[in-house]
Amino acid sequence: MKSLILLASLLASSLNAQTLINGAGATFPFPLYSKWFSEYQKQKPEVAINYQSIGSGGGIRQFSDSTIDFGATDAPMNEEQIGKLKGPAMHFPTTLGAVVISYNLPGIGNGLKLTGDVIAQIYLGTIKKWEDPKITSLNPGKKLAGDIVVTHRSDGSGTSAVFTDYLAKVSPSWKEKVGQGTAVNWPVGLGGKGNEGVAGLVKQTPGSIGYVEFIYAESNKLPYASLKNQSGNYVLPSTQSVTAAADANLKSIPEDFRVSITDASGKDSYPLSSFTYILVYKTQSDATKGKILVDFLRWAVKDGQKFCEPLHYSKLPKSLVSKIEAKIETIETKKL
Amino acid sequence: MNLLQYSPRTHTPIAIPQTTWRIGNLATFIRKHLLQSPGMRFGDKFFLFLARLAGFSVILLLALILVYLVYASLPAIQKFGVSFLYTSTWDPVREVFGALPVIYGTLVTSFLALFIAGPIGVGIALFLNELAPKRVAIVAGFLIEMLAAIPSVVFGLWGIFVLAPFLRESFQPWMIDTLGFIPLFEGPAYGVGKFASGLILALMIIPTISSITKEIFKTIPAHQREAAIALGGTRWEVMKISVLKASRSGIFGALFLGLGRALGETMAVTMVIGNRAQIMPSLFSPAQTMASVIANEYAEATSDIHMAALAEVGLVLFGVTFLINFAARILIHRMGRSQNA
Repeated sequence: MKSLILLASLLASSLNAQTLINGAGATFPFPLYSKWFSEYQKQKPEVAINYQSIGSGGGIRQFSDSTIDFGATDAPMNEEQIGKLKGPAMHFPTTLGAVVISYNLPGIGNGLKLTGDVIAQIYLGTIKKWEDPKITSLNPGKKLAGDIVVTHRSDGSGTSAVFTDYLAKVSPSWKEKVGQGTAVNWPVGLGGKGNEGVAGLVKQTPGSIGYVEFIYAESNKLPYASLKNQSGNYVLPSTQSVTAAADANLKSIPEDFRVSITDASGKDSYPLSSFTYILVYKTQSDATKGKILVDFLRWAVKDGQKFCEPLHYSKLPKSLVSKIEAKIETIETKKL
Repeated sequence: MNLLQYSPRTHTPIAIPQTTWRIGNLATFIRKHLLQSPGMRFGDKFFLFLARLAGFSVILLLALILVYLVYASLPAIQKFGVSFLYTSTWDPVREVFGALPVIYGTLVTSFLALFIAGPIGVGIALFLNELAPKRVAIVAGFLIEMLAAIPSVVFGLWGIFVLAPFLRESFQPWMIDTLGFIPLFEGPAYGVGKFASGLILALMIIPTISSITKEIFKTIPAHQREAAIALGGTRWEVMKISVLKASRSGIFGALFLGLGRALGETMAVTMVIGNRAQIMPSLFSPAQTMASVIANEYAEATSDIHMAALAEVGLVLFGVTFLINFAARILIHRMGRSQNA
């Protein structure tokens, strides 16, 4: 009985001492973030981090209303969104992800060769059949036939933003007719809700093509294409080829880290790669929370990186990590 | 501003005139209708107060929802005006929004569902109440009501993994081959689309329709059936004259309740409709509904006008549901009157 009371009082005291940090935003890094939060909490039992994966848009909105302690987004905020914030904020890249082009073609596994321009034409509806010479000429010896069933995300998503950003870079007519965004006016195709929705459509529809986050293609055992990068090499998505895309573009990454690394240069770069970010206000009004956030970010970009690859996320390049660490130190916490 | 209320005796709407909605007037209004009840014991008074409070809270809630929707959609209303209702472009990148395709998608899928589920639901109720042995009726009735308890996401998953592949591989190719010359049944067969959504919705509203209709059939006194039998009616004639005809307005009420559920259903539809905001004649083509476009895009809508446009879609859905329910009321009311005559 005594021990029970002791246990209860211990529990109560540990609950009392806990500082709760609230965050919300992107769904894409959620599996990694939840792993991070639980690992971090093992080391710092006095901290609990609560993260709602409500989507990047919602994360940015709640962040700018200051209802949460940190936000998370796949695409960096644009000037309009930054203008609405309550104060200067910072973007911290936490990990890298890849969008892969998947397809349902009997007898064809990983590595169908595609170029950005061909993908743009398929999604514009100008290439309608798999036996189109523009596709077969890239893939000699592969039996390709039948109608292409285009699938895309129906919900607004960072995945679509990365995908359309890439297409807008490589195809002028895509840029002019459709443009780039989390939700766009798709010229053709079926929409599936969520990565799992698109993966489901691709898995079930013969002749279909779709784009999903890397991990969804892996877990659904969907084949994925190798894409031609700027150097003319065909590169399969992998945690290494995504890190390579970031590594090759270190020089062009600006001070605030807001950058798109789709269609990256470098011979090993996978062209459909992107950062995902945690958003933090530069001035932390709550000193306790501010210090925890700083400590967590330091941990995440360094020790936390080892949890990336088992979950199919890519590590941040080492040279970038030191830049980010320096930036983390500039977060100001008001003295108590 | 008039508050509609239904008189308990005649079931006709009576209007309580309310000239202005100032706080003073509101207080008088509350005193008059919520608190004052002369010549009653305290318990009765208190109960009356609670009942009235419950009644008025529904109206208040509706009003608040409406006010919020209008407020949230103001930027879109100002920018697009009435053209929001009849233009077909939905382009978040260029910030051009027209809701016609999603209105179309909602109406087509919901009425398709009603068209399929209506006869089946009423048929089930007839069977359970008039024909089936009592034990069968109890078990079958229970199972059908179980359908109503299945979460819509489960219906959606079943739609994606079972119904859509079946439609794509067997049913739709056959329909396209035989009836494809009619635009309504044009190819190609994707499986997902308006037809699949209509079927899923039909499944979801059958329990609503059948269980309400069954309850209505139960209220018909036995002597009406006996009278029809005494006149020498066959089984079908007895059902037609004494059951179906007598409960016409009730059946319509049940159908419209089912339709209401179909109009607002979100998750299951989003999963099987193909999510394409475009008006295409074929039932097999993908489409988008009002509820599904909100569910799809709200979380990631970044620009203010996009958010406002989605809120306005919500407002339009509110309006469409209201109009349909209003039309149903009038219809049922008229039927009720012709029945009494």
